[in-house]
Amino acid sequence: MSGEIAEAFARARARGEGALVAYAMAGDPDLPGSVDVFAACVEGGADILEIGVAFSDPIADGPVIQGASERALKAGSTLKRVLDEVVPAVRARCPQTPLVVMTYVNVVMAMGEERYAKLARERGVSGTILPDLPPEESTGIRVAFDKEGLELIPLCAPTTSPTRAESIAKDARGFVYCVSVAGVTGMRSELPANLSERLELVRRLSPVPVVAGFGISNAEQARVVGAHADGVVVGSAIVRAAQADGPAAARQVCADIKRGLKR
Amino acid sequence: METQTAPGRFGRYGGRYVPETLVPALLELEQAYAEARKDPAFDEQVSQVLREYVGRETPLTPARRLTELWRGAEVWLKREDLAHTGAHKINNTIGQVLLAKRMGKKRIIAETGAGQHGVATATACALFGLPCEVFMGAVDVERQSLNVFRMKALGAKVHPVESGSRTLKDAMNEAMRIWVSQVEDTYYVIGSAAGPHPYPTIVRDFQAVIGREIRTQSLVAFGRLPDAVIACIGGGSNAIGALHPFVEDKQVRLVGVEAGGHGLDSGQHGASLTLGTEGVLHGSRSLVLQDENGQIIEAHSISAGLDYPGVGPELAYLAKTGRLEVRTATDEEALKAFYLVSRTEGILPALESSHAFARAGDLARELGKGKHLVVNCSGRGDKDVATIAARGIPAAIGQEGA
Ligand SMILES: Cc1ncc(COP(=O)(O)O)c(C=O)c1O
Repeated sequence: MSGEIAEAFARARARGEGALVAYAMAGDPDLPGSVDVFAACVEGGADILEIGVAFSDPIADGPVIQGASERALKAGSTLKRVLDEVVPAVRARCPQTPLVVMTYVNVVMAMGEERYAKLARERGVSGTILPDLPPEESTGIRVAFDKEGLELIPLCAPTTSPTRAESIAKDARGFVYCVSVAGVTGMRSELPANLSERLELVRRLSPVPVVAGFGISNAEQARVVGAHADGVVVGSAIVRAAQADGPAAARQVCADIKRGLKR
Repeated sequence: METQTAPGRFGRYGGRYVPETLVPALLELEQAYAEARKDPAFDEQVSQVLREYVGRETPLTPARRLTELWRGAEVWLKREDLAHTGAHKINNTIGQVLLAKRMGKKRIIAETGAGQHGVATATACALFGLPCEVFMGAVDVERQSLNVFRMKALGAKVHPVESGSRTLKDAMNEAMRIWVSQVEDTYYVIGSAAGPHPYPTIVRDFQAVIGREIRTQSLVAFGRLPDAVIACIGGGSNAIGALHPFVEDKQVRLVGVEAGGHGLDSGQHGASLTLGTEGVLHGSRSLVLQDENGQIIEAHSISAGLDYPGVGPELAYLAKTGRLEVRTATDEEALKAFYLVSRTEGILPALESSHAFARAGDLARELGKGKHLVVNCSGRGDKDVATIAARGIPAAIGQEGA
């Protein structure tokens, strides 16, 4: 399974497309229901799935994902249950799609970094994104993840200085997640004008693909951003669609974004 | 004793667990603060405002009737309730808002639980002419309506926070989210010795004025250092401020009192040092109330200022190393202490401070006659009178007191 993420980007590139990393919340509306949402995202064209694991205090998330987090916790979602029940089911239905877990560092620490890394790899997870774990704090976790071949995907922000961006990019595993706006997750009508330059800068320095995320919700935005990145992450738009109209609506959002990513 | 084991670390605790977007701002703050500390003019500016405006130094008051009642150590009260705005919180906001001005920041945001930090921030902003927005859990907006009015009267905008438990921890989440989106020109004034590095250090340094004054005042009042200092612990700012200057004085016992809420067995309390486990909340690694899946458990306390499932990393370190003795007081014990102090000393303490008083009697008796105990009276109880009155006023209180 190692290298799955790189292969997914390569496949998209070979088809002349930017990659779509689709985020949804495991356990929203409930554990089996979220498996349908993930599968629908892949039917809609998602190349990589980002499996959100709920945390009670999601400081990097806007209202849409905060709401999903609360629903998932009410439905009994935990990291352990996501790894035992959601990840294997998604893998069975979408065997070609790499899975990335996104959660907060406290959730992983509570399970134990080593135990998490081992279990995640066994269940078929390729990488992990921890939005509240900047590089300075990540050394220990990286060692644990590297040992299991689980990729710790770093984030780069609009406020990150070029020298800092350089060191983040150089050390990256899986892909670099470039946060497009200074802010929390959520849909935006406008993306910052200088985003393309930042993406190009990180892309020049990074040995792995670079994607942009936060605020992207439609084909046009995906087209503009996708021209300067290897792909995009879409979260709130999918979560909102799935909550309002079920898995088919999530598939529709992914298909729409995928159209914008055709080169 | 240097409790800081590496920049921003107190043993295993501390650090900077925040979204990457905030890291550059925290690095900028760390550097700006280091420069400000090296600048004697900044120190003098802070001291002058504390003197001329806040009313420092606050008195060290002998509590003669409590001493008599408890028949143990001589009891002294450090009167942070007499600081402008009625609590220790002002020491920190004056310092941080002056720092924000020095950094050229255009506006201030803050979170608040009891509202005292919100009032203190709004006050400093009014004084120095900066716009101020305060995030406050919707539950706290209800139970601290007096302070909500004060903040608004001072020109601050108050945003009720509806997410999560709608209390202090959620207000802090929301303030961090807003800060992430406006980090270029906004300064976030954190109200306790918690949060990501460098906040626990900055807040501790600005609050350490309490402990430094206790030192010098004790030498004047009774000719030596106190045998023990006791303070309540929410996030821990009044405690670390009162206690830090004594960390190296091994003969001085340092005691913190957490919210026991409905009792430690009830699961409804704020005792993160006593029952918390290691985790990351609001950007720092410390002891937190959480379940086995790493989800933060909602804290409970009758006092909004102790209703917090985390605690500052330095106190966690001092507790783990045994330097800090940690005790708890329940809601009922705090209420009883509130009336006891009101009726024996003529001081209505904040419900937060009442927790310290609730354990001060035991400690005074343990220490025994001839010893000296300082209780940090972190704030005054005006803000809590509605909460307290709603429970009915007792005609008499038992002489066993607290
Ligand atoms: C009077 C008073 N004491 C104590 C506290 C608890 O905070 P800390 O532990 O940071 O001193 C508060 C918080 O609002 C307060 O208002």
